[in-house]
Amino acid sequence: MADITLRVNGSEKKVSVSPETPLLWVLRDTLEMTGTKFGCGAGLCGACTVHVEGSPIRSCSTPVSQIAGKNVTTIEGLSANGLHILQQAWIAEEVPQCGYCQTGQIMSAAALLAKTPNPTDDEITKAMNGNLCRCGTYERIRKAIHRAAGQAPSNGGAR
Amino acid sequence: MSPLSRREFVAAGVAAGAGLVIGFYLPHKGAGEKEVFSPNAYLRITPDNKVTIVVARSEMGQGVRTALPMILAEELEADWKQIEIEQAGASTLYGDQTTGGSASIRTTWDPMRKAGAQAREMLISAAALTWAVPRSSCAAETGRIKHASSGRSLTYGELAGKASTLAIPTDVTLKQSKDYKIVGQRLPRVDSLDKVKGEAVFGIDFRVPQMKFAVLSRCPIIGGKVSGFSDKESKSISGVSYVGKIGDSAVAVAADSVWAAMEGRRVLNVTWDEGPNKDLNTAAITASLKQAASKKSSSLFAAGDVTKAGGRRISAEYELPFMAHAPMEPGNCTAHYQGTKCELWAPTQVPQDCRDSVATAIGLDPDQVKVNVTLMGGGFGRRLEHDYAVEAALVSKAISAPVKVIWTREDDMRSSTYRPASLHQLSAALDGSGYPVALTHRIVAPSISGQKGQPTPGNVDPDLPDEAGPVYGIPNYSIEYVMAETPVPLGWMRSVYALQAAFALESFIDGLAVAAGKDPVQYRLHLLAKDQDLPYFATTWKTARMRGVLQLAAEKAGWDKPLAGGRHRGVACFGCFASYMAEVVEISMENDQPRVHRVVAAVDCGQVVNPSILEQQIQGGIVYGLANALRAKITIDKGRVVQGNFDDYAPLRMSETPSVEVYAVPSQETPTGIGEPSVPPVAPALCNAIYAATKKRIRALPILS
Repeated sequence: MADITLRVNGSEKKVSVSPETPLLWVLRDTLEMTGTKFGCGAGLCGACTVHVEGSPIRSCSTPVSQIAGKNVTTIEGLSANGLHILQQAWIAEEVPQCGYCQTGQIMSAAALLAKTPNPTDDEITKAMNGNLCRCGTYERIRKAIHRAAGQAPSNGGAR
Repeated sequence: MSPLSRREFVAAGVAAGAGLVIGFYLPHKGAGEKEVFSPNAYLRITPDNKVTIVVARSEMGQGVRTALPMILAEELEADWKQIEIEQAGASTLYGDQTTGGSASIRTTWDPMRKAGAQAREMLISAAALTWAVPRSSCAAETGRIKHASSGRSLTYGELAGKASTLAIPTDVTLKQSKDYKIVGQRLPRVDSLDKVKGEAVFGIDFRVPQMKFAVLSRCPIIGGKVSGFSDKESKSISGVSYVGKIGDSAVAVAADSVWAAMEGRRVLNVTWDEGPNKDLNTAAITASLKQAASKKSSSLFAAGDVTKAGGRRISAEYELPFMAHAPMEPGNCTAHYQGTKCELWAPTQVPQDCRDSVATAIGLDPDQVKVNVTLMGGGFGRRLEHDYAVEAALVSKAISAPVKVIWTREDDMRSSTYRPASLHQLSAALDGSGYPVALTHRIVAPSISGQKGQPTPGNVDPDLPDEAGPVYGIPNYSIEYVMAETPVPLGWMRSVYALQAAFALESFIDGLAVAAGKDPVQYRLHLLAKDQDLPYFATTWKTARMRGVLQLAAEKAGWDKPLAGGRHRGVACFGCFASYMAEVVEISMENDQPRVHRVVAAVDCGQVVNPSILEQQIQGGIVYGLANALRAKITIDKGRVVQGNFDDYAPLRMSETPSVEVYAVPSQETPTGIGEPSVPPVAPALCNAIYAATKKRIRALPILS
């Protein structure tokens, strides 16, 4: 066991866990923040995506010891006040079906928009391709990202 | 009340600007009960003007928490903004609560409408009595009863007390579809806000205070058992509190956290009795299907006499592998066993089966087991099994504490139930123009229900009546089923046998069109040209409706217009769960692999309840079907499932997802299934497009094997 300090959504959190514990389980079990999801445990599906120092990472495959002292943003802290523009777009486009993967999808999309405010379809595909959705919401996800970016799809959907 | 985490009981969803709230089912006895108007199990109106509608089906993404209340609210003439939604747990009040078979709308359309109409009529009576005016002078409108001539009105809440004293009418008049105000509207889903904020509570998120977490080491060999284990290494992991055998074939590790339980399992030493299937492999299973093909078949559908038809004969075989559901939320269930009772919080499609199986497993009566239904991160049929619930109850009993059992992705992939592998033998006799005068489709597949010990009357798997019906008006037409056997655990996976039946039939029909030198759409339309009823178990398939969806899909896809260079199209149509579906798939070939650019889907599912949800279900079914067609394959080696995670069992990603256009035939017929019918036509339409591109006929799925 080790005492590790993280900054999660702007607050300092001290946890006492074994250092190899994936960040995902520290968030879910220790800090009881369950918006970040377990999907594959192997960095293959993106359901566990959070931001560390602003960049998207797979929390299921990231030992918490690597995050000590770093800033973590989860879906719960994506927007300090009200809904993030992507969350609004997700609702407007009626993206979620089961909804399980959507928090990870939104975190990946938020990291994309932070760097690329007006992404092309190809840039969206590249940024989102690590996030699986078994309900098949990809087309509406693409529309929602375009909506949030304030632009129409450049060619009407996927290629 | 059980010690639950607070957030589960606090309204789990208040959509921005709307008054919709989702809660869990709670009993409602207590003060003021008389003032509550609850003429049936689906509805409760309280004097504070809350209108609560109970949803007795499970929400796994298909939108039942939105669509089912819309049906009741329509007849109630409710104000949609004032509706609160409550999830029913396992109960005796709602009949069969199984959520599957694309049946939620189909089976609740009448009871939900009647429930709303009953209440509406009683509220009108209550207002008429209050004002001492004739009933006929009062009308229900947007959550109020109005008396037009005097301009008076009362809210449903104000009338709840009086309405609750009135007799419940048995015979009520239902609205006509032309008067619908809610049904048919693109109303937003009630749960989107929670889902985008990460506040939606799925089974895996649910917590009970002092709860432990457990993972199980299950025998990797199908049918194998635990022969021994050592708990020493596991117990050396900090946080691990229990290691013990659960049932015959698993050892559970319980701990203070999921990670500690996983670590405890990682170092656990179990020895297995490998059992009778230790040498089983996919080749042997394929061979056994071929062997079974010579067995006597049962007739599913028979028109004319296929043995007497003459003409040129064409025949072909098609094969499909086992497939895994792989919902995004891995299996889990929370249980709290307390001696004479057990409570569960289960992401399940079968709350009543969970209750009964758990009761048997832990030695309680069913009424001592309470099953609460949580949100599900996808189901696709995997949560029609009760294994998660039974495991959780057994572990809770073993450790005398509440526990959440969690499956990892590898557990889900390797200890699942699978879509049955199948073999299809098709043959046709053609007339001089190349159209079939006779067609035989012989389906060889193990029975899901049969394997589970459920009845299979006439040696017919009881799912086939919903999923393998006739499509065309062919004068001599036989659909036959041969029940094969397999030790591989079987389950009902989205569209069940329809995926197999459609792949085989619609690939074969495409081949006949090619052999006749005819356009695949025109060829099919010729076979559907005459209006015919094709009775098949409880459904009467109508060639006119199939023709309608095929024409609509072809028109919207621009079938008669030339394609861009390098693009190719394929078409398929099929009916299942009483709905009609046609799809046109447009591809190009890149490095000998298909790239799907566009899918045009046309559906006839009767009255559409919510067009946005309909579009979601069809788009989602097509993405699911594409993954099934392209890559989904579970193989067996040395009695073990080979695939383990999303690298070797890879769902579709965004880069492979086409644009999907959805068109519904306008209809006022009774609604039919929509969760599954879009899945089956995808594989044959795609394979037919590949044929158009390459002149190669794909006779076995997956395409990229």
